[in-house]
Amino acid sequence: MKPQRNLEVSTGLFVALGFAALIFLTTQLPNSGLRIGSEQGYRITAKFDNVGDLKVGSAVSMAGVTVGRVEAIAFDPEDFRARVTLRIDRRFDRIPEDSDASIQTQGLLGGKYVGIAAGGSDVALKDGGRIEFTQSAIVLESLVNKFFANFASKGSTSSEEK
Amino acid sequence: MALTQDEDDANGATVVVVRDVDYAVRGRPIFRGLSLAAARGAITAIMGPSGTGKTTLLRLITGQLDPDRGDVEVFGEQLATQDRAARYAMRRRMGMLFQNGALLTDLSVFENVAFPVREHARLPERVLRQLVLTKLQAVGLRGAADLMPAQLSGGMARRVALARAIVMDPELLIYDEPFVGLDPISMGVIVRLIQRINRALGITTIVVSHDVGELATIADHSYLLAEGRIVAEGSPRELAAASAPEVRQFMAGEADGPVPFHYPADDYHKELIGGGSLGGES
Amino acid sequence: MIGDALQRVGRVALFLGRILAQCPAAIARPRAIVHQIHNAGARSLIIIMLSGLFVGMVLGLQGYDLLRRFGSESALGVAAALGLLRELGPVVTALLFAGRAGTALASEIGLMRATDQLTAMEMMAVDPVRRVVVPRFLGGVIALPLLVAIFDVVGLFGAQLIGVGVMGVDRGAFWSQTQAAVELRDVAEGLMKSFCFGIACSLVAVYEGFHAEPTAEGVGLATTRTVVVSSVLTLLIDYLLTAAFLGR
Repeated sequence: MKPQRNLEVSTGLFVALGFAALIFLTTQLPNSGLRIGSEQGYRITAKFDNVGDLKVGSAVSMAGVTVGRVEAIAFDPEDFRARVTLRIDRRFDRIPEDSDASIQTQGLLGGKYVGIAAGGSDVALKDGGRIEFTQSAIVLESLVNKFFANFASKGSTSSEEK
Repeated sequence: MALTQDEDDANGATVVVVRDVDYAVRGRPIFRGLSLAAARGAITAIMGPSGTGKTTLLRLITGQLDPDRGDVEVFGEQLATQDRAARYAMRRRMGMLFQNGALLTDLSVFENVAFPVREHARLPERVLRQLVLTKLQAVGLRGAADLMPAQLSGGMARRVALARAIVMDPELLIYDEPFVGLDPISMGVIVRLIQRINRALGITTIVVSHDVGELATIADHSYLLAEGRIVAEGSPRELAAASAPEVRQFMAGEADGPVPFHYPADDYHKELIGGGSLGGES
Repeated sequence: MIGDALQRVGRVALFLGRILAQCPAAIARPRAIVHQIHNAGARSLIIIMLSGLFVGMVLGLQGYDLLRRFGSESALGVAAALGLLRELGPVVTALLFAGRAGTALASEIGLMRATDQLTAMEMMAVDPVRRVVVPRFLGGVIALPLLVAIFDVVGLFGAQLIGVGVMGVDRGAFWSQTQAAVELRDVAEGLMKSFCFGIACSLVAVYEGFHAEPTAEGVGLATTRTVVVSSVLTLLIDYLLTAAFLGR
């Protein structure tokens, strides 16, 4: 009965692997909030008037180098702005507290990311710290709308940007 | 003992009756007006040269094929009137030994013999084990219970298949070419088993083969099949003494006779010397 | 010609009906099905994972080259994920399945036909469709979607390996964009496809094997036909399903 057992074990392994893959595809891939986060570092927050289509997981970069990730994006009902939580890698622990954060776009149609430009202060941001100076995302539609509104007095809410 | 069918099957003396059967495959007739019968408890031999449809005959008897004309009666029931379920029920009462054993290759010898029992009955494992080992002992292969079919010789595979065929205690046992490709020892073993199972269990037996010598020693009644019909019947001794040329040729194993040595062809000399049709040019 | 084709389709459909009718009886013996999941699935695992890796890596290269022209390399994950989930995963896996597991099924059943094992079962009053065909059919139908899921995941990591590891796309952007763009519907579409392919490929394999001529030649022919018919059928069904999904 030993070969039978081996066969059943390897079949079980295959089925488990298949289901693990299925679970990965259904929960980790689509934006479902069931993801496992595992990055380490410290958190800082920043408030933006508009985050555009910034996503959880988008990069946080300084001078083009990725230093962290967007961990959470929430709406603050008190001042009607978006509160973005950034998780910064522990190695980059000397970001001046008067730095400013802006939401930028990779290429013309690429994804959004948070760019941090260093300030001049000697005091570094700590866990739970907050960046005061922010610049919102440039939303392509509003640019286009503005352009058309100026160009002719005929605005059009056209194509979706992706 | 020229056994005529119609009178005897009413009182259950015959188990199988084939009456005036026609059967054709893709327009080529295999049987024309074939009739035969197998008596209860006897060994009936069906002999004939290769390619005369002996296996087809078995398929007609077991209800895997339906005749174009005429009817087949098994256990007193007309096969033509029986549906799939009824035929399956009928087959539980018969066992069949195939030419090469037809063991299920993914099961061990033990499981092969246990297979029909597991499919049809719910026996406690201990009882099943006893039953299977008894049957394997009967064919002398109890020691091979744990082998796989691929590890068996041709003769052993056939004996295992025989154990499987009798495990459900059938009333009718059919052998399809049981002697083909066996060495003399294995052949002797099979012959003895066929006889012993028939005598000891009283199972009606039909053996289909072209091995005249082996059959002659055990058959109670023989049919000689040629060109789609029965050309002779009787006890082996009667057949050996028969004078009809096709019977003589088969029984004596002569190369030429009513079954010609040469496949039909143009005149030999004309084709070699005349050269007219050679090369296929026009 | 058309009559022949219709007759063939009809016979396959009737055979499917016969299989489905015997499914409940076969499910009562799960061991046989486990055995067949092993044959159809576990034994194809290595080839599926290797192929998935290479397909993913090719997607990484091609996708990167294409997307770079629009300055949106970070969308590489999206391109790879959608391509794998909706199209390449199910189709390539089904084609490999037809070549690996399908031929094995067809030749195994064909050999059982050629060695009288199926007839022997009939003689023992055991329906070979229930005992032989149904477990193999179900094993294939269950195994294929699982293989597709594994193929997708391995492919995705292959794409990441090239895109992030070699081409230098940002890892966070790769995954976050993928997660943003992929919807559950895309995953479901791929699963739906692989389920249909599983039925088609398994059915063709068991049908061809079961109806093989009982000779060595017949068995060879049945395996060849299995590959050809199931590949073409897979691509045809793929087109129909894609059209149906996009038409919504």
